[in-house]
Amino acid sequence: MTTENAPASMYRTTEGLGVWEHKGKVAAVGIGHSPTTRRWDGTAENTMGANSIFALRQAIADAGVDPADIDGLVLDPVTTTGAHWPPGQEIPMDVVNHWNSTDDPLDGIAKLSAEWILKNMPELTNVKFTMYGQGCMSHAIVVAAQAVGEGRTHTCLVLKSWHNLEGRYNQSGVSAQDEVPGSFALAPGRTLWGAPGSYGTALQFAEYCRKYGKSHDMMAPFMANSRRNGLLFPEGYWAQHRPEQLTAEDYLNARWIAKPANLFDNDIPIMVSGAYLFTTAERAKDMKQKPVYILNHASSRGAQRSVLPTLDEVEKETAETGRKIYEGAGITAADLSFENMYDGFALFHQFHIEGLRYRGMQNGDALDFYQKDISIEGPDPVLPSGGNIGSGRSRFWMHTDSIQQIQGRAGARALTGVKPEIGVSGGPMPMGGNFTVWSATPD
Amino acid sequence: MVKQGIVPDELTKPFWDAANEGRLEMQNCSACNRLQNPPADTCSQCKSADNLEWKALSGKGKIYNYGVVYDCPVRLLQEDQPFNLAVITLDEDPGIQMYSHLPGTPVDVVPVGASVEVIFEKSANGQMIPEWQVVS
Repeated sequence: MTTENAPASMYRTTEGLGVWEHKGKVAAVGIGHSPTTRRWDGTAENTMGANSIFALRQAIADAGVDPADIDGLVLDPVTTTGAHWPPGQEIPMDVVNHWNSTDDPLDGIAKLSAEWILKNMPELTNVKFTMYGQGCMSHAIVVAAQAVGEGRTHTCLVLKSWHNLEGRYNQSGVSAQDEVPGSFALAPGRTLWGAPGSYGTALQFAEYCRKYGKSHDMMAPFMANSRRNGLLFPEGYWAQHRPEQLTAEDYLNARWIAKPANLFDNDIPIMVSGAYLFTTAERAKDMKQKPVYILNHASSRGAQRSVLPTLDEVEKETAETGRKIYEGAGITAADLSFENMYDGFALFHQFHIEGLRYRGMQNGDALDFYQKDISIEGPDPVLPSGGNIGSGRSRFWMHTDSIQQIQGRAGARALTGVKPEIGVSGGPMPMGGNFTVWSATPD
Repeated sequence: MVKQGIVPDELTKPFWDAANEGRLEMQNCSACNRLQNPPADTCSQCKSADNLEWKALSGKGKIYNYGVVYDCPVRLLQEDQPFNLAVITLDEDPGIQMYSHLPGTPVDVVPVGASVEVIFEKSANGQMIPEWQVVS
């Protein structure tokens, strides 16, 4: 079986498409997560592939589905957190051969194919549809939702996995070379100029603060709230390994990475896998967990004019994303019980929620909003999952939390200031991401 | 700060050749009368490659925005941390941006909006790179 990247036609990227044709006809039911670790320990039992299988089996069991009934698998084949297998470094064949390998020995270690999963999960005897939603879980969710809606699969696993290796983030490869290609030197992003990953976001945040008269220290309540929510997320990295509340003082005294982005504004790279089981609304009624219906998915594909997106470009794109989200779901901002937009980097979460016009906010309002009650107990919860800041870099905590909140399975994170009926989650970047609207009811 | 050396490729060779001769040139679509940076195979507006040319610029611009890099992924620059990393916009078209370490400007004392002019610095392999200095 050859697995292809999802075609562009599966993403809803423009305004004016109307209500999603499959609104309320696709549901998330099962959830599974592997344990988290900071980095791979080199053992066969703890590879990224092993984590993937663990998470998938958890999701299947959670939904109460016979594995033989599963006919679809959507995943992201790219699993790097920024760590790449060093060129020339020997691949441990004992690890490779511990599993049923594919033609690529790094499959299951530093990348992941659908073929590798199917070779190593013999219980999946009936998978006929596989597809890649490349980028992160937000991509895979959109692709799986669309595939179930179109009838290409009726019971579909959705998977995102991350590997992390020894070494500092993004410091190997081209960063360590004495020479770089001319095109790379002029390209956006990490070039010979030495920009850390969060640099672009830091500059947009700096421009935001100048325009609206805000400051970096106004982020402290958001950061403390995110860590608090993360510590209430037993599947997350900080809850499992470093259960330390982040105080405003901790945050404000942290070292800079790319000022005005400091250490905690950057999410911590980890190893983890997450999986969901999607099915039709009809089949979901008979499954073990309460269905969470998908009202819409929408994607942004913003293009900047030059090297870095300006604040104007970011705000234009996020506002358009908000309109697409609501249009396809047939709802308004007032219908949102909560938001779980992406936060890794912390300094762009405000762009996402201002674009949503969450709780009526306009551009420039979010940091003032953070100074009020944004807790899970209040009427205006912000990022109840805690996001990547609260639980490490997975880019899926916000999706898991949205499903769990609506299912009534969020445990200590359960929203008490609002009844969780409709939520939105997604990301990653304000200029390019994929977003999903979740609901307790199909209409 | 000595930056990584540069190996010009087919797309960017005119840019780097001009830099070696002390000129700032940028890709321009003559049909759209529109500059673009980074360079690309086609015009980002009309999507055609037919009218792309390299145009000499004045080398004058403004500081649009900046950050201070304290944790740099590029090995060759790590001993110079912390350093300014600014975005410059061109006077010919404020929509076009270039990076700069702002040589001569103290760290984190960056006059956003100030006028700058291009200079050229030698990289690790001798290729000249456009840089920007505040106009005093």
